[in-house]
Amino acid sequence: MSMPDQPLLAARRISRWFGENQVLFDIDLALQPGEVHALLGENGAGKSTLVRILAGYLSPSDGEVRLADEVRHYRSSGDAEADGVVMIHQELALAEQLSAEENIFLGRELRRGPFLDRRAMRERCREALAELETRVDPRARVKDLSTSDQQMVEIAKAITRDVRVLIMDEPTASLTEHEVEVLFALIGRLRQRGVAILYISHKLREIERIADRVTVLRDGRLIDSGPMAGRSKEELARLMVGREINDMYPERTVLASDAPVVLEARDMVVPGAVKRASFSLRRGEVLGFGGVVGAGRTALIEALLGLRHRSQGQVLRNGQPVALRHLRDAVRQRIAYLTEDRKGKGLVLNMGLRPNFTLLNLRAYCRPLIDRRREEQAFQGAIERFDIRLRTQAATAAELSGGNQQKLLLAKVMSIDPEIVIINEPTRGIDVGTKHQIYHFVRELTDAGCSVILISSEMAELIGLSHRVAVMCAGVLTGVLEGEQINEHEIMQYASGIKGEGADEQRRA
Amino acid sequence: MNNAVPDNKPIARSRASFDLKTWGPFIALLALALLGVLINPAFLGLDNLSNMLTRSAFIGIIAIGATFVITAGGLDLSVGSMAAFIAGVMIILMNSLVEQFGPGLTTILLGIGASLLLGLCAGFINGMVTTKGKIEAFIVTLGTMGIYRSLVTYLADGGTLSLDWGVRDIYRPVYYGSLMGIPIPVLVFLLVAVVGYILLNHTRFGRYCFAIGSNEKVAEYSAIHVDRIKTMTYMLQGVCVALATIIYVPRLGSASGATGVLWELEAIAAVIIGGTVLKGGHGRIWGTVVGAIMLTMIGNILNLTDAISNYLNGTVQGIIIIVAVYLQRASWRKSAP
Repeated sequence: MSMPDQPLLAARRISRWFGENQVLFDIDLALQPGEVHALLGENGAGKSTLVRILAGYLSPSDGEVRLADEVRHYRSSGDAEADGVVMIHQELALAEQLSAEENIFLGRELRRGPFLDRRAMRERCREALAELETRVDPRARVKDLSTSDQQMVEIAKAITRDVRVLIMDEPTASLTEHEVEVLFALIGRLRQRGVAILYISHKLREIERIADRVTVLRDGRLIDSGPMAGRSKEELARLMVGREINDMYPERTVLASDAPVVLEARDMVVPGAVKRASFSLRRGEVLGFGGVVGAGRTALIEALLGLRHRSQGQVLRNGQPVALRHLRDAVRQRIAYLTEDRKGKGLVLNMGLRPNFTLLNLRAYCRPLIDRRREEQAFQGAIERFDIRLRTQAATAAELSGGNQQKLLLAKVMSIDPEIVIINEPTRGIDVGTKHQIYHFVRELTDAGCSVILISSEMAELIGLSHRVAVMCAGVLTGVLEGEQINEHEIMQYASGIKGEGADEQRRA
Repeated sequence: MNNAVPDNKPIARSRASFDLKTWGPFIALLALALLGVLINPAFLGLDNLSNMLTRSAFIGIIAIGATFVITAGGLDLSVGSMAAFIAGVMIILMNSLVEQFGPGLTTILLGIGASLLLGLCAGFINGMVTTKGKIEAFIVTLGTMGIYRSLVTYLADGGTLSLDWGVRDIYRPVYYGSLMGIPIPVLVFLLVAVVGYILLNHTRFGRYCFAIGSNEKVAEYSAIHVDRIKTMTYMLQGVCVALATIIYVPRLGSASGATGVLWELEAIAAVIIGGTVLKGGHGRIWGTVVGAIMLTMIGNILNLTDAISNYLNGTVQGIIIIVAVYLQRASWRKSAP
């Protein structure tokens, strides 16, 4: 790798305060052309603040941003983009009602005279999407695209610009494995073109693969920076968290051989999402659900809970058929559901923390008026139990870091004292430390006799925690793996429809 | 400073900070009152004040219902027509009951009962069509607004429906009477406000309104019966309209196609001036009360002065609404992290 001394984009002794709260302390960071620089840190470590400063969304309280050794004072992201500094957001920032093409050229439309040059734009757009190997139609409305396709549009939007520095904040959070490969190939090509890439991710395996250089932040301070070569995943994880993490996955709870079936779903059919699926869950068990994004796992679970319409199927609780028509019915059956969409479905972001915590089980604090004191007591208890850290005096859920939001959501879901806990992608966009806490929490649950359904796209998580793994592919539950069968290779085979029920149909399709 | 939910107030107080968004409407009301006194000392007269509050009661009561609808992310444009329609039906019903029961209390109580029932039903229809039909509230209530308006015109055959004179004499005190020196409409207004405040800030229903208005998906995933709660807000609005109509009918003793015109916009204006967010998620009952009083006060002050023509009432109201919302937005921006 060539390594010129002159960095393309550099942060020099950058500090940032929000009010009286300092979130960045004298950070130095240098991005070299043709290099992938990984930025690591727990949630709330200051990564997002730092990259937002580099991309012109925020200004530093102290210190300076330099481009090719020239001090730049970006007043908006537009200023930075004019310099070729482009950021791909973790939260998608697309205009939903516009087409993919219109989004990609939003604000810099190609024109011929006073009119839009649609043909030229479509051409460039096609090229960019082809480079990403995606089948997105440039004319499709963004609203109608899947999350991973939307992410691809976002990436296409960035690479159609004259980009010199590309900042990616968790770009793979919603991508399938194939799409991740395509993205990595693209990153390779950009690197060859001399683009400097700043890459934020919690997935250390990805970082190990593509990063040339790595910087670790913790609590707003620079902890470590240097070439990736010679640094191990384990070491980086330790640097991020500030302590040793050995037992990432706790031992599984030993299942009693006569553990009763507490929940069973038979012949579930959800129009447009699940063709057929049956499974059962035993007391104290962790049942994993594997498969690619869009395989129908969430649809199956949500149909079971009464959140979605199902055209067929039966649900049995402790052997008795139950009709779950609304999530409230599921709550009455002491089934709790932790959604994968923390911000869109889990928490009311502009509400305070306490009302968020009690929203699911508010009737427990009513007699008949809401008893604020009891509510507050329960909330204080939850802060302690779930280790929610209120470093700043956060008044609304929006102000919490991702990891603490997840803990608050977990506390909310657990407030109904459930016997069955269904968790959907519990560690998406979550740092190592919080992940570790969540895994141990799952173990505590099963020790206490609760049963857990775990939907996850992280293979290691499924393998590390589950007693059994149900795998879905294109709306069909292709198989339930046990014991030795639970390994990456086997799960992939079932997830892609090569093995298991319906394998023939998949092959024909 | 956060303000999304009123029960953060204890925290706000402990920080000993002054919150413009909470107190803004009250300050504006005081400023307006001060202006009134400066223009004409008669403004502070007991007669003038009680007259003004009595007049603000109609819009105020309707606006309290609207606070719930808007907080839960809905909108009801039909309230003005609904009031006219209910008034029309009430008058027809009471007139026909006179033959059977005479112009007594029974007739009036039956009329009041019918009014409440109608309001409840009208709200239920608005709520069901919006939630089950998944049609925007704006469209649905724009439709029912036209329907009720034309129905009352039809019932009055293009003219005016007049209440039987005998009934009118007995019913009169509901608007013109007073208890312990306070006019009855003002007492009803106060009662509705207190009940509304408790409902919005101290019950599950209120908390759910906030949650639904902020993010319906989150509410659904919190096992809240979203459709049910939203329909209930429209029903509550219907009852408020019925209550306002009950005290309105004895005022003029008549109803026509011109009754309650533009009340919906005045009610929405009162809600917004009071600091409730138009797109939902945050509502304040006392703000709404202040908003309704302010709107009436503007007209009252213009009546007491020759400096500005009475015909410019709408202009002044319009400016105040826009300024009020601008000030709230400005404080939003400052508080954003």
